[in-house]
Amino acid sequence: MAENFPQIFDTRSFRINIDEAFNWIVANYGEPLEILFLPVLKMLIVMEKFLQWLPWYVVLIALSGLTYLACRSWKATLGTAVMMFLIGVIGIWDPAMSTIALMLTSTLLAVLVGVPVGVIMSRSNTMQSITLPVLDIMQTMPIFVYLIPFVMLFGPGKIPALLATIVFAIPPVIRLTNLGIRQVDAEVIEGVTSFGATPRQRLMTAQIPLAMPTIMAGINQTTMMALSMVVIASMIGAGGLGYQVLQGIQRLEVSRGLLAGLGIVFLAIIFDRIAQAYGRRMQQHLHMGS
Amino acid sequence: MADKSIKITVENIFKIFGSNPDSVMDQVRAGASKSELLEKTGHVIGIRDVSLKIPAGETFVIMGLSGSGKSTLIRHFNRLIEPTAGKIIIDDVNVMNLGEAALREFRRNKISMVFQRFALLPHKTVLENVIYGLVIAGMKKAAAIVHGMEQIDLVGLNGFENHYPNQLSGGMQQRVGLARALATDAEILLMDEAFSALDPLIRNDMQDQLKELQARLHKTIVFITHDLDEALRIGDTIAILKDGELRQVGSGAEILLNPADDYVERFVRDVNRARIVTIGSIARPAAQLACSKVTAASCKKLLTTQEAIIVTEAGKPKNIISREFFARYGSAGLKSKKSETDDVACINQSATLEESFSMLANSDEMAVVIDEGSKPVGVITPKVVLKAMARC
Ligand SMILES: Nc1ncnc2c1ncn2[C@@H]1O[C@H](COP(=O)(O)OP(=O)(O)OP(=O)(O)O)[C@@H](O)[C@H]1O
Ligand SMILES: [Mg+2]
Repeated sequence: MAENFPQIFDTRSFRINIDEAFNWIVANYGEPLEILFLPVLKMLIVMEKFLQWLPWYVVLIALSGLTYLACRSWKATLGTAVMMFLIGVIGIWDPAMSTIALMLTSTLLAVLVGVPVGVIMSRSNTMQSITLPVLDIMQTMPIFVYLIPFVMLFGPGKIPALLATIVFAIPPVIRLTNLGIRQVDAEVIEGVTSFGATPRQRLMTAQIPLAMPTIMAGINQTTMMALSMVVIASMIGAGGLGYQVLQGIQRLEVSRGLLAGLGIVFLAIIFDRIAQAYGRRMQQHLHMGS
Repeated sequence: MADKSIKITVENIFKIFGSNPDSVMDQVRAGASKSELLEKTGHVIGIRDVSLKIPAGETFVIMGLSGSGKSTLIRHFNRLIEPTAGKIIIDDVNVMNLGEAALREFRRNKISMVFQRFALLPHKTVLENVIYGLVIAGMKKAAAIVHGMEQIDLVGLNGFENHYPNQLSGGMQQRVGLARALATDAEILLMDEAFSALDPLIRNDMQDQLKELQARLHKTIVFITHDLDEALRIGDTIAILKDGELRQVGSGAEILLNPADDYVERFVRDVNRARIVTIGSIARPAAQLACSKVTAASCKKLLTTQEAIIVTEAGKPKNIISREFFARYGSAGLKSKKSETDDVACINQSATLEESFSMLANSDEMAVVIDEGSKPVGVITPKVVLKAMARC
């Protein structure tokens, strides 16, 4: 037998302390927090209901149109239409709509929070050196770990699913916003400063627009990560395609899991294409020549 | 020149890069060298004790090799860089004391800058770039556009106002940079190697255009370059910088003729003198002889050491009699010289050697050098010009 690692201090009581502290937070702040996040829940539900209420062909045409606008390619557009059609054919339209709703809502919120955080991070090196390790931890921590505190705070349901998705998906948009702004040509920034731009004007007229291709790459990654979170989020009540996969596991129905998985792949391809093409389009304007 | 008022005064500016510049100031003041300081403390001297007086309405050139601190120095004028010590006074205002808002106003109204790599906003059109300074200062868009179009006109970019910078050539992009800087009507124009990124031909065009604009606008221009030819061409005064220290300040001719030290000397050695040296400074003296007084006797007396210029009764140069000519043809030649009706070639004394080339090439042997009032002051031969150029 190998020697056991000596017990230096009592981890049991340490863990109990953490758990108790968290329980205390849940007991005292659970309800206010729930109220705080109610508007977010409303937004998610409205979006989901709306997508499901729309006739299927409207959604199909809208997504195909978006693909065409971004890619300017008939092939890609046709691909989107065919994939959306197949999602309907294999009978997972409604869950697919709730998945899109969850993905869009969490991406939107991640961007709303992540871009400002990235901007702040780009302003100071101290801020960056604090934030980067936190982001590293957020990205390497097993996803399931996030579920525990959120479920305890809100109980199983859509809010914890949404929040866990945001926490999981937000690092790329923060990282790349910071990076994008730091990479903006120093002379251009000197240029706008030399004409008397305020820090805010500098941000809005130069830094954000010039960092946009990089920020878009971050948003793209965030979208993809949100989509990859749907299966796990479904375990705590997010519904959607992930729930179909989960049911497949529970009922040992390979077909159910396979079809739902296929749906997720289709959605991933469609949104990835749109976001990437949009980013490239922006890049063209910014970096060609000079 | 004493009669010009001083626009910018730079007083004992020091700039040290590093983690704690103030801590090494004593060593720098005591005269620690750049490499010594870097080795001992890890600090880099950018600018060491520079003082300058820049007259209003002048093109003031700051020159030096790469790394001599030119960009660092010019960025102090609009405080893109804060000095470690010293101050800059512009129109009686100490720029170092300006608060954040006052500094912004100062940058919006008083001073503008043109950058080496243009520093245009690639997502904005030419027009939007040109009116950028006006718009962020709060001018109404319509008024800004009117004003911006005037500047675009001024730099000759009509028809390109809706293009994006990346659709333009380098020279055109820098014209946009220039128009943007002119648009705010700032009295002071900072140009950091503004033409260095351009091809030689375009560069010449831009230099000419700048000179032409300056003749009309009379801004105070601080122009950075590492090219002495460019400095001599556009600068009224030239300051030479080395390792962050000022080595010499003076007019182009002063620096060419009396370099302050070895460094400046080496700098000016390769300069294209044909562009700087004037005809007046190398003209040979000549006697003047009214047309009616041209006789063999008078010529014999005059033409011992110098040539003679035949002038009309009004004092206008008419022809030249060289010693060689007189020796060869004697008084018979004089007659034909007197009766020749073609005007003799004349070159203004302030013309540079280069400007005289075509004139000399077309004249037979000699040309008359005249002053501003068309009075002859001497003669010049191609040989003398070649000699002056060969001397360097
Ligand atoms: N931010 C900085 N940090 C540290 N050192 C700097 C910094 N900026 C400039 N320096 C140093 O200051 C010195 C002067 O640099 P500067 O850019 O002013 O030179 P320059 O004359 O403009 O050269 P170039 O012709 O290459 O543009 C150099 O030794 C450079 O290494
Ligand atoms: Mg420089």
